[in-house]
Amino acid sequence: MNAAISTAPAVEAFQLTKVYGSGNTEVVAMRDVSLSVARGEVVALLGPSGSGKTTLLTALGLVNPPTSGRIALDGVSVLDGQHALANLRTLRRQRLGFVFQKANLIPFLTALENVQLACEINDTAPRPARERAMELLEYLGVADRAGNLPAMMSGGQQQRVAVARALANNPSLILADEPTAALDGRRGRQVMELFRKVAHEQGAAVIVVTHDHRALDVFDRTLEMEDGLLIAAGATTGTQRNETHSK
Amino acid sequence: MNLAVRDIRHNPGRFVLTTVGIGLLLMIVMGMGGIYRGLIAEALLLVESIDADLWLVQGDTRGPFAEISRIPANLEDRARAVPGVASARRFVSHTIQREVRGRPLRMVVEGLSWPDDKGEWVPIVEGRALRQAHYEFIADKSLGLSVAEKVKLGKDAYEVVGLTTGMVGSGGDGMAFFTVGDAQAIQFNVPGEAARLERAARFQRAQADETGRLQPLLVERARGPSGKLPSLSPPQVSAILINLAPGASLDRVAATISGWPDVSVYSTQQQTDLLLSGMVDKARRQLALFRALLIIISAIIMALILYTLTMDKLHDIAMLKLLGARNGVILGLIVQQALAIGVLGYALAYFMGRWVFPKFPRLVVVETADLLSLGGIVLAISLIASVLGLWKAMQVQPNEVLS
Repeated sequence: MNAAISTAPAVEAFQLTKVYGSGNTEVVAMRDVSLSVARGEVVALLGPSGSGKTTLLTALGLVNPPTSGRIALDGVSVLDGQHALANLRTLRRQRLGFVFQKANLIPFLTALENVQLACEINDTAPRPARERAMELLEYLGVADRAGNLPAMMSGGQQQRVAVARALANNPSLILADEPTAALDGRRGRQVMELFRKVAHEQGAAVIVVTHDHRALDVFDRTLEMEDGLLIAAGATTGTQRNETHSK
Repeated sequence: MNLAVRDIRHNPGRFVLTTVGIGLLLMIVMGMGGIYRGLIAEALLLVESIDADLWLVQGDTRGPFAEISRIPANLEDRARAVPGVASARRFVSHTIQREVRGRPLRMVVEGLSWPDDKGEWVPIVEGRALRQAHYEFIADKSLGLSVAEKVKLGKDAYEVVGLTTGMVGSGGDGMAFFTVGDAQAIQFNVPGEAARLERAARFQRAQADETGRLQPLLVERARGPSGKLPSLSPPQVSAILINLAPGASLDRVAATISGWPDVSVYSTQQQTDLLLSGMVDKARRQLALFRALLIIISAIIMALILYTLTMDKLHDIAMLKLLGARNGVILGLIVQQALAIGVLGYALAYFMGRWVFPKFPRLVVVETADLLSLGGIVLAISLIASVLGLWKAMQVQPNEVLS
């Protein structure tokens, strides 16, 4: 299941700025944010509501391009301001994995089918896609729920399936937006530990937006945002260290 | 992975109800086309099945179906004398409404030229053709009569000797085949009191007239039945049907008869045109317009249903886009569901129609060509109706999954 590890950082951002509206209604959601996250690294992105965390996450996820700045995946520039340097949908399909506060599983597909679909979207044939989906559900401890629809699973189980889906394409970068917000403390910590396990075993970089300070020890590094600026960075467990650039 | 099938499987009730709704709508479209065809078939049924080459009718009329035609029965003999004519027969057609077994019975009375025509060309499904000159008739099954049943029409009772099927007039009323004499007796039946009053009036007119004073015997005859008065013409018929001898020219015979100032002559094709351009024209145009409207309404309803189904899935579509799904995956979800609803709705309409249409009081003719064209229209509607949903799906941004 291990992906080939590239020596370049999984993701690099250079002076990302995002401005919504114009004139009197102009809002700067993110200003000159630079960062670099290596494969195998688990990073927590902290900050109060409205600080620009989700804006940064969606920019890195190539779904909400910045007004200016550059993004590189595995050392290759893919986005320069609003200008795409590659097919972003293809990049999302092949390189990125997403997990959200809500699992956002497709309600008419079973747990297995949700993961299998992600594999098939990435051009895996149905039978191998099914096998890989089952493998991932086993890896995340929800194989016994493979045939269940999302509505028949608990929040924690759904979130595990969502993580399995995020891993389906062997991503180099997993982006998670408050994935434990809907879970109790114990289950929230389990999910965070899952990210750590995935990052270290699968060689993926993981950036998690979180308010949950109880599980910060799980992360290799924390980044903090306020008013659209990346204001602080720090190592937590010290397993890996990377320079964080902020203006 | 087929997302359309899985979505349907997840919510089968909604899909079944939608498909049944579309199926019923398409059955109405199908039925409307069938009624349109049935109207034409019924209108032309007698003209086509009676197998006449020329129709001799009252001068300057378009009879006997498009308007009333009255001609003397002895025109039959004049027609036979025309070179090229093999046979001529009298034809009587009129509609009556009587009460039988306490319910209204409406029938088209057709007079067959006994003894040349015994109704053997009529498709008899039970019983037999006519065997005697009076008091027998062949009835269409839609009249609800049975073989050996006797029906009193006018002064006489007539026995059903045979049953036919599918023989209805342009108004949808079942036909009944009598001899011409009986058909005339039914048509010109006069109650006894009316006959007595007419004889008395005739007697008074004859007495007042100089001819009557000079010929007392004539005045005496005026008291008797009208058939005994040589100066009064016998009952008239609706048309004279002519069949040509082998090798005779239709145009030449028609041209000869056209020279007679008291009659008009039409070929079977002209009779068909008269019916289609006159009697049933407005009805069939109305049905055609109504059918076109129904097709448009079906398209709009399908588009709205598919749009609503798509709106229900916008969040999932955003998720698919976030996962990097190609447009084909999303298009497949919407178009396959549209086609499934269209195709299954069509099949449902077909089978429900096969069960329901024969129960309609009037003929419904669903032709293969109409089924194929409606199938094509349904496919086109399914695809066109998807466009609205597809357009909405294409507008969805992947980051909407966060909202």
